[in-house]
Amino acid sequence: MLEVSLRHRLGAFALEAAFAAPPGVTVLFGPSGSGKSSILAAVAGLLRPAAGRVALDGAPLTDTARGVFLPPERRRCATVFQEGRLFPHLSVASNLRYGLRRAPRGAAGPGFAEVVALLGLEALLERRPARLSGGEKQRVALGRALLARPRLLLLDEPLAALDAPRRQEVLPFLEALRDRAGLPMLYVTHALDEADRLADTLVLLEAGQVRAAGPLAALTARTDLPLLAARRDAGVVLPCHVAAQDPAAGLTLLDFPGGRLRVSWREAPLGQPLRLRVRARDVAVALPGVALSGVLSTGNALPATLRAVERRGDAECFLRLAVGESTLLARVTREAVARLGLRPGQAVVALVSAVSAGQG
Amino acid sequence: MLSPEEWEAVRLSLSVSLRAVAFSLPPAILVALALARGRFPGRTLLDAVVHLPLVVPPVVTGWALLMVFGLRGPVGAPLAEWFGIRLAFTSAGAALATAVMTFPLIVRAIRLSLDGLDRGLEEAAATLGAGRLDRFLTVTLPMMAPGILSGAVVAFAAGLGEFGAIITFASNVPGETQTLPLAIYTATQVPGGEATAARLAGIAFALAITGLLSADLLSRRLARLLGRA
Repeated sequence: MLEVSLRHRLGAFALEAAFAAPPGVTVLFGPSGSGKSSILAAVAGLLRPAAGRVALDGAPLTDTARGVFLPPERRRCATVFQEGRLFPHLSVASNLRYGLRRAPRGAAGPGFAEVVALLGLEALLERRPARLSGGEKQRVALGRALLARPRLLLLDEPLAALDAPRRQEVLPFLEALRDRAGLPMLYVTHALDEADRLADTLVLLEAGQVRAAGPLAALTARTDLPLLAARRDAGVVLPCHVAAQDPAAGLTLLDFPGGRLRVSWREAPLGQPLRLRVRARDVAVALPGVALSGVLSTGNALPATLRAVERRGDAECFLRLAVGESTLLARVTREAVARLGLRPGQAVVALVSAVSAGQG
Repeated sequence: MLSPEEWEAVRLSLSVSLRAVAFSLPPAILVALALARGRFPGRTLLDAVVHLPLVVPPVVTGWALLMVFGLRGPVGAPLAEWFGIRLAFTSAGAALATAVMTFPLIVRAIRLSLDGLDRGLEEAAATLGAGRLDRFLTVTLPMMAPGILSGAVVAFAAGLGEFGAIITFASNVPGETQTLPLAIYTATQVPGGEATAARLAGIAFALAITGLLSADLLSRRLARLLGRA
């Protein structure tokens, strides 16, 4: 458990943020200049805040009130930076061992061979960092940080410097890390898809302040957070797992708490956990009682209960739909709400496009 | 081809210049670090003092050394009295004079390499558990290596040619302080010494060129090793 509470001033920018990060992956999400990297630097010990406290599992790393400031080398918060920051004079293998050699004896963590295998670094060990691609560099940086046996892994926009294919190359490694290592992580990004795929807990930052914090699914279901709800891809992230594959029909079936979704076929083994962002603009509603499957192309018609109708600007509304234990958001016009006579408590059918669900 | 006395001048030049570089390298690294990164009062003054030998006439530098390290100087007297170390008019003195003259060259080269150094690497090392000294030895110093090396080679090549400071502070003693330039000068003062002067001048020329070329080669090698090129 990481507890952070900071007050700091950087030029004209004031940082005043407090949050707690439970075990798992905590993503600090916000636009550039929202202060997320400064918070990460304060946790790493690379930034000394004007006032505040950073504590890991109850033990203070920084506590300005009591004059505590542990230097970064004694915090065991290994950091992966946007630019990798590999040591150019050392081979990949020596880079990887840099933190391992300095980790306390008996510190728990994966071994050298295990990390090399997990991150697919076998072929790179003898190379110099200058001869690595951007994606390879970030994988090495990740391995180097892991091997330092950190108590908390810090990642500062580790994919931001990579192009889209390279990002897709590294993201699965990060997911594997989250699922296998059980290592707490603090992850800074301004890319929503990274937050969707990695976050257990989401902390929304804007102008140096925490706007909201909580479990990912719960936060994405809220409509009062412009940082999420005002986006074109606003929608709920559902935790799913692969229930069935039908490559012949081009379909993958995903189970989520409360139902099953048909989406375009994607390569994934049965049972694999997977997060799906169901965008509000890709969800429509129909009144029940009509046999829809014969006349509709969307592929998913889920029985739902309308919980709330929330105004979104002058022309549109968010419909908050309960589907089993899960919540879906639908974005419709006010005219549609009036035409269908939609009222909270009403039974409706949520129509979710099979094609668009979860696509970027 | 060369007489024993001439060989002696060549050998002495190499030895004096080598000792000068060895003397000045450690303090030059510290001064370069202080100038590039330190924030302390008197930084500008230190910068000026370090660069003084570049702009002051070498004879003046030699004279100042004589005043300080001479047998009756504030440092030279106790050195001679307590430790029996004599600098004025000895080859050690010639090395000291050369070290002072080439010091700014080394500092400048090292500082240049520090300016291009990414502090982020040291931050990364810190989060991986490396303390201050550890970071300096395993990250900063290796990254400074090209600057240190090229500074040392340039200083060595320049030191071979030092004249004014040596002749003023250490005098012109054959076999003790008569380095190549001094030997050339002496030869030109002797009737019939032109041939000797020409031979020694050729050697001085060859040494200087070799020094510069190897400095260039070495720094390029290292840069490639460090992935900068």
